[in-house]
Amino acid sequence: MEQSFLEFQNVSFQYREDSPIVLDDVSIQVNQNEWVAVIGHNGSGKSTMAKLMNGLLSPNEGYVYVDGLLLSEENIWEIRRKVGMVFQNPDNQFVGTTVKDDVAFGLENHGIPREEMVKRIAHSLKAVGMEEYEDHEPHRLSGGQKQRVAIASVLAVAPSMVILDEATAMLDPKGRKEIMHTVNQVRQERDVSVVTITHDLNEVTLADRVIVMNKGNVWFEGTPRELFEQKEDLQSIGLDIPLVSKFAHELKGLGLDVKTQPLNHEELMDELWTLHSTT
Amino acid sequence: MNSSMVIGQYVPGDSPVHRMDPRAKITIIFFFVIVVFFANSVASYGSLALFALLSVGITKIPPRFIAKGLKPVWFLIIFTFILHLVVTKEGNVLFSVLGFDVYSGALIQGVAISLRFFLLILITSLLTLTTTPIAITDAIESILHPLKKVKFPVHELALMMSISLRFIPTLMQETEKISKAQASRGVDFRTGPIKERLKAIVPLLVPLFVSAFKRAEELAMAMEARGYQGGEGRTKLRELALRKVDYAVLVLFTFVIIAVFLTRA
Ligand SMILES: Nc1ncnc2c1ncn2[C@@H]1O[C@H](COP(=O)(O)OP(=O)(O)O)[C@@H](O)[C@H]1O
Ligand SMILES: [Mg+2]
Repeated sequence: MEQSFLEFQNVSFQYREDSPIVLDDVSIQVNQNEWVAVIGHNGSGKSTMAKLMNGLLSPNEGYVYVDGLLLSEENIWEIRRKVGMVFQNPDNQFVGTTVKDDVAFGLENHGIPREEMVKRIAHSLKAVGMEEYEDHEPHRLSGGQKQRVAIASVLAVAPSMVILDEATAMLDPKGRKEIMHTVNQVRQERDVSVVTITHDLNEVTLADRVIVMNKGNVWFEGTPRELFEQKEDLQSIGLDIPLVSKFAHELKGLGLDVKTQPLNHEELMDELWTLHSTT
Repeated sequence: MNSSMVIGQYVPGDSPVHRMDPRAKITIIFFFVIVVFFANSVASYGSLALFALLSVGITKIPPRFIAKGLKPVWFLIIFTFILHLVVTKEGNVLFSVLGFDVYSGALIQGVAISLRFFLLILITSLLTLTTTPIAITDAIESILHPLKKVKFPVHELALMMSISLRFIPTLMQETEKISKAQASRGVDFRTGPIKERLKAIVPLLVPLFVSAFKRAEELAMAMEARGYQGGEGRTKLRELALRKVDYAVLVLFTFVIIAVFLTRA
């Protein structure tokens, strides 16, 4: 059994007493070193869920456990050190006047001694491939570069989990690729869990597990492959599947025996040529 | 957008003046500004001018940058000079222009006051020319540190200043974007009667303010997520340290002050 790092137990949340319920009795978990993608419509409660994970919000009902600790006022700062978060807008989370200062910000907050800080800044900027930009001001960086700095800032604090809340949404395709590449790399090198909230279905295929949110409920939980097999159901709540999956579904519709649900072009190709060789 | 506007007046360099601790620079400037008002003889003005010009020389900053900094005050310097010529009536009449008698005392006073003005501007602009805004912020935080005892929000003030510095270029880029968008719809706030121009500026300011508030809210959230909980227990990456060069300049400057007071008329 995998060790769970974060757990929601029957979490419900609403912003005000008279406002609608945003999360309704949600129970989920994220395991150590697991990559979980969260998708769902705008307003389905994804960001709210993310903010409950590091105590930016606290649940009206239910419990949030992080690394075995029940989230509370007392341990909130410890938990924020363990759970890092990257937001959507690259500009509005860049606090420092330079790249170096921005990475330092989190370390300064946690009272890390200066010598240690210098080491960690160098190390985490290297991890995201931004070591040559140490002294750059944010307005001289691209959106993708700023987001990589945001990731470095989070990594510098040595968290056990990183949440990316639509961190690629405002980026161009190149920026998105950079970020996904970075996240992949980081996950191979460090022992961190990753939660990516996204609308990009290609990002979803990279994850170990997908959670689909719909109207404040967990609508689906499973592997990307399992998810994209349920084409009709997913489309019934207004979400779509990647082109490759669609193609596979079409082939199945034509009576071809496509066995496993392909997640990318390579898998589709494999599926196709083995199909041909068996018939 | 030109980059000089973004980083302020700062001209990067590696001179001793650049490398000095910003607190030392601010201290020197503070006392320089006071001492200038005590100078009243050729020698005392001379010592101060020598110190100022020497400092400028050491920075190796091209004179045109310095001239640019002085540009807005040239008018003021010349105006004060002329005002003194006209108003002061001491000493002998030297010559008359257009029926005005120019007295020798007036000429001396005019030169002295203009020189005083010039030195003040020169030495203060030297600070912004050789020090990054963020270093100035650090220095202010450090200098004001004792005020923490009386509950003055020193850390918060410094943080506010540094966040402003961080967002000035961002907001300027945004202003430019919005004003271009408005211009493409035919809004013109660069020409025309002042009332029309003011009216045209409203559709520029409103989106700017809305976005600034949104930014502030998101930034606050991001800061909290990164563990910000006020100045308590925080460490700092940028450290200020007085070094040999600072002590040397401080000692030199002390001699200048002594010289000024010894040579006063
Ligand atoms: N700060 C807030 N105050 C009140 N309501 C909010 C706030 N933030 C989000 N909401 C509401 O909560 C719901 C879920 O929002 P959110 O978690 O941001 O969804 P998502 O990230 O999936 O788009 C939406 O209906 C939204 O209007
Ligand atoms: Mg959201």
